Amino acid sequence: MSKAFSAIGEDREVDRDEFTPGVEPQPTWCPGCGDFGVLKALKGAMAELGKDPEEILLATGIGCSGKLNSYFDSYGFHTIHGRSLPVARAAKLANHDLEVVAAGGDGDGYGIGGNHFMHTARENHDMTYIVFNNEVFGLTKGQTSPTSPKGHKSKTQPHGSAKDPIRPLSLSLTSGASYVARTAAVNPNQAQEILVEAIEHDGFSHVDFLTQCPTWNKDAKQYVPYVDVQESDDYDFDVTDRRQAQEMMTETEESLYEGTVLTGRYYKDEDRPSYQQEKQSRGDMPEEPVAEQYFDEDKEWERSFDFVDRHK
Amino acid sequence: MTDDELIWRIAGGSGDGIDSTSQNFAKALMRSGLDVFTHRHYPSRIRGGHTYVEIRAKDGNVTSRGDGYNFLLALGDSFARNPTEEAVYGDEEVKPLTENLDDLREGGIIVYDEGLLDEEDVGDLEEQAEENGWHVYPLDLRALAKEHGREVMRNTAGVGATAALVDMDLDHIEDLMADAMGGDILEQNLEVLHDAYEQVSEMDHTHDLTVPTGSHDEEQVLVSGSHAIAYGAIDAGCRFISGYPMTPWTDAYTIMTQLLPDMGGISEQVEDEIAAAAMAVGASHAGVKSMSGSSGGGFALMSEPLGLAEMTETPLVLLEAQRAGPSTGMPTKPEQADLEHVLYTSQGDSHRVAFGPKDPKECYEQTRTAFEIAYDYQIPVVVLYDQKLSGEYRNVDASFFDREPAPDLGKTLTEDQIPDAPHDATGKYHRYQHDVEDGVSPRTIPGQKGGHYLASGNEHWPNGHISEDRDNRVAQVERRLQKLEAIRDDLDEREQQTHYGDEDADIGLLVWGSQEGTVEEAVARMNDDENSVKALGVSDMMPFPVDAVREFVESVDEAIVVEMSSTKQFRGLMQKEVGDIGDKLSSLLKYNGDPFEPHEIVEAVEIAQDGGGAEPTAQTTLEPAAGD
Repeated sequence: MSKAFSAIGEDREVDRDEFTPGVEPQPTWCPGCGDFGVLKALKGAMAELGKDPEEILLATGIGCSGKLNSYFDSYGFHTIHGRSLPVARAAKLANHDLEVVAAGGDGDGYGIGGNHFMHTARENHDMTYIVFNNEVFGLTKGQTSPTSPKGHKSKTQPHGSAKDPIRPLSLSLTSGASYVARTAAVNPNQAQEILVEAIEHDGFSHVDFLTQCPTWNKDAKQYVPYVDVQESDDYDFDVTDRRQAQEMMTETEESLYEGTVLTGRYYKDEDRPSYQQEKQSRGDMPEEPVAEQYFDEDKEWERSFDFVDRHK
Repeated sequence: MTDDELIWRIAGGSGDGIDSTSQNFAKALMRSGLDVFTHRHYPSRIRGGHTYVEIRAKDGNVTSRGDGYNFLLALGDSFARNPTEEAVYGDEEVKPLTENLDDLREGGIIVYDEGLLDEEDVGDLEEQAEENGWHVYPLDLRALAKEHGREVMRNTAGVGATAALVDMDLDHIEDLMADAMGGDILEQNLEVLHDAYEQVSEMDHTHDLTVPTGSHDEEQVLVSGSHAIAYGAIDAGCRFISGYPMTPWTDAYTIMTQLLPDMGGISEQVEDEIAAAAMAVGASHAGVKSMSGSSGGGFALMSEPLGLAEMTETPLVLLEAQRAGPSTGMPTKPEQADLEHVLYTSQGDSHRVAFGPKDPKECYEQTRTAFEIAYDYQIPVVVLYDQKLSGEYRNVDASFFDREPAPDLGKTLTEDQIPDAPHDATGKYHRYQHDVEDGVSPRTIPGQKGGHYLASGNEHWPNGHISEDRDNRVAQVERRLQKLEAIRDDLDEREQQTHYGDEDADIGLLVWGSQEGTVEEAVARMNDDENSVKALGVSDMMPFPVDAVREFVESVDEAIVVEMSSTKQFRGLMQKEVGDIGDKLSSLLKYNGDPFEPHEIVEAVEIAQDGGGAEPTAQTTLEPAAGD
């Protein structure tokens, strides 16, 4: 247990209610919104893992999904549109003992923040990224998003979108994520199980979370029935095999727009070292969290005078 | 010739080793007791193109590149694209000898590599030399180098030739070579050096120029603005930097990157400048003193994270190394035209601090100050410099760096302090309290027991939760603005503005950043010639030192604002901040990619004193005051 950050690593029972703010702010989400499902699953997962609310940093983007940390009690950083990942992964580098989770919508993660998504996955930071995928821009009133189906009509695409939707799972795999899953708000048990696995995984975990938007897109019924690809006899593939995973992802991405909701674990690489491990093995990052140094009164700080000889 | 200084220009192509050769030569001059100042000119390409470094050396304080130069070592461009044919840009290979010959002073010396450069290709060199009293010494440096070692050693031959011509001792040069290399390479280089020295010593010398002599009271180090910025950051306890390469900011970024991992810090090269700045915000939020930076185009991408740092009151230091714009502009040439960009970019009312240091010492001091202010007041601070200062080397007392590190996190609580700090009824920490001293509400760090709160780019309640409540909005806006007033008071104690010249002068010059040393020299020269002039160098760009600038302008009849910007951004800032002083201001502008030379400043002052009318002869623009 750290002296400076004693909330970290404490071994104790944690109740899910500890993640509910004492005076719960009235959620701004619409009745029937899938975002409630993410909140519930995340509280359950963190309690199951015995995480202290104050050892968690939950960084979010902008949109309805960005308000997740308004209703989840922990250290939170409500950042800007598309930028939750760089803020979150830097916090992880600064103090790798923190449990870092980033969250945002599909526009936030696959659109405006797409570059950060690719590179954070590629670097394989030991963190979890939850994308609220509702196939639409909700908070700004129903515009077409990167995951909206081809032909989606909205005020920004009056003739129907001419674009194929992003393939979130495939993009994640190609970019380098070492844990990729899809779950749905309509499936709370699976959602909590997947979040537990994602948080426990030592590397970049990407969870594409189908969150119905009853106001601007589908209601919950339209994500039912859902199929868990691990439990269904119709699908048999090895989640540790990149090629088989790719094939299953392609089928999942295409079938969603044909009305079949496939969910489950798609890819898991437990052998790949996290970014932190890679950096530490190269002498590129210290073993102790950098943030600890500032609270260590005995630390002898290096100074520039120690190396000005090279300029003589 | 009565020059009391050597201004040595080594010219060649990119990739010819001009930088390392000039560094060692500058160090040798410094070790001999002289003060040195370097000026680097290079194109935006990997190999070839006309590159030079000038080293000015004299006994006593040198604050600018000086006027022109008096010794040219033309190596020839060994990577020239069209060595033999006449192309649209002219014969590249001879450019080191032919480009900017106009700037060579009367009576100056030319040494050129006749192994690479054919005098016949240069046209009227002989004629020009006669006209200007130049002393030309052709020498087959390439053959000399090849005789003892390899062709790349022709730089060494050029240094040997220089030493022989200006009567300079080889001791320091030999020592520096021994520091940098060993074995056969060192042996061969020493042979080249001595052979060149001896051959040239035996030639008939027609010139008078010799290297000046000087002495230092204490040991010196040769540092660039970029080194000084990096060292200031390290001594301030910065242990995280994130960035994306861009000229000229890359200099400071790579210096930090090479040092940080060995001292328990982290450097990250990331996908773009949005991520770079956002990561510095994230690392600082999690408790590490952090910085990022870029040049104009990259800094444009940082607008959003900069605003996030302002709104969440996350301490942050950003560097902005200006180069000529707009857009890609001239990547390797200096300009001071990102001032408004840095002060005003990002939506809403700005809450940031910006400093414009003038030289390596100020780069160090003001970067340290930047971290202090950023962490004491929880605000982003930008250190605004440029291509000139980034790569400009000067000698500084080694003891200047003998300073205590200052890693303090400023207004940050430890866990012991948290229970006594205010919380809301639900246990959430009041990170953004309304009524606090200087407007600064202490922060906690994720992982600390009892300190959790929400940081948000949205307007927020004291516990960080989103709010559009009118009373809270007004309280938060006013508290954040109060910080800037407190910072202004704090900066007044630090006196980062510098006065030059005769206090009673009727004419004054106003300048900021990298051009300040040039104005300093011009002012000293005019006062020596009994022309009473003074100057004010401004470093605090935001919050602006209104009183100091007003007092200065009121004390003179006319003030000339000197800046490398065609739209007079520094002058505009002064008029905005100080108010109705426009009638007294005239502007001296330069935007051709070359920094000012002292004589251009002197000339502008003389024109102004004559009541205007005359046009400056150099590529500068003088706009007289409206009151004239």
